Amino acid sequence: MPDDPAFVERLRAGDKEACAICVREHSTNVYNLALKLTGDPAAAEDVLQETFLSAFKSISRFEGKSQLSTWLYRIAHNAALMKLRKRQVETVSLDEPVESEEGVQEPREFADWSENPEGVLLDAELLKMMDDAIASLSETLRSVFVLRDVNKLSTAQTADVLGLSEEAVKSRLLRARLALRERLSAYMAVRVVETKQ
Amino acid sequence: MNHKECQHLLGHLSDYVDGELGQTVCEEIERHLAGCPNCRVVVDTLRKTVILYQSHGSDPIPANVEERLYKVLRLDKPGG
Repeated sequence: MPDDPAFVERLRAGDKEACAICVREHSTNVYNLALKLTGDPAAAEDVLQETFLSAFKSISRFEGKSQLSTWLYRIAHNAALMKLRKRQVETVSLDEPVESEEGVQEPREFADWSENPEGVLLDAELLKMMDDAIASLSETLRSVFVLRDVNKLSTAQTADVLGLSEEAVKSRLLRARLALRERLSAYMAVRVVETKQ
Repeated sequence: MNHKECQHLLGHLSDYVDGELGQTVCEEIERHLAGCPNCRVVVDTLRKTVILYQSHGSDPIPANVEERLYKVLRLDKPGG
């Protein structure tokens, strides 16, 4: 299966069954990476299609030095960034999040919502807020967060996809998580009060 | 959050929540948390934030998107 050299050989030979299995195994993660990075379902679908078309076309160049999934995520990540850059050129962004690359932002929200039972506040509004919070991150923090905490890749694999050191991945992940915690805490503080009324 | 120990904790927070720190550092952090309610809240809510995204951050591919993907690739969707 997926990282087995024999499976990769079947992909190289254009075996349609192997290609379909590859799509089944990796399409959800590729789609989510694209969707969370672009925040746009239509762009995410384009990236999804481009990723597998490009991968199957250039599978002969896959050397097996990294995992097949890592290689696919790298293609998807680059395609998603191209979409973002194109959009940024077309519409000069006025709301680019201001975020320092240096240091860690100190926490400001101290409402304790951690004891709320799982599911009590989990609804479409919260899920939308969680997506909006990801979209508010800078591109560099968003890429690391989505790969690590949405696609659940390891630190090493995330570093491999993004061409970063593991230390850089850890540092960016910390900053992303802290920023998201701030957003969720501010939102939860209001929701918890509303729920209790 | 201006205390030196709080700053020290902040730098280790992700690794602590992921269980990737050695026992000595963990014990040091836990001693600090016992006497610092704000840091305790930050740790608990950060952990909850990560759990929320890891459990609910991923969307399934809409059926029509998946259908078009297999069509573009000229593949049949595999069973199972």
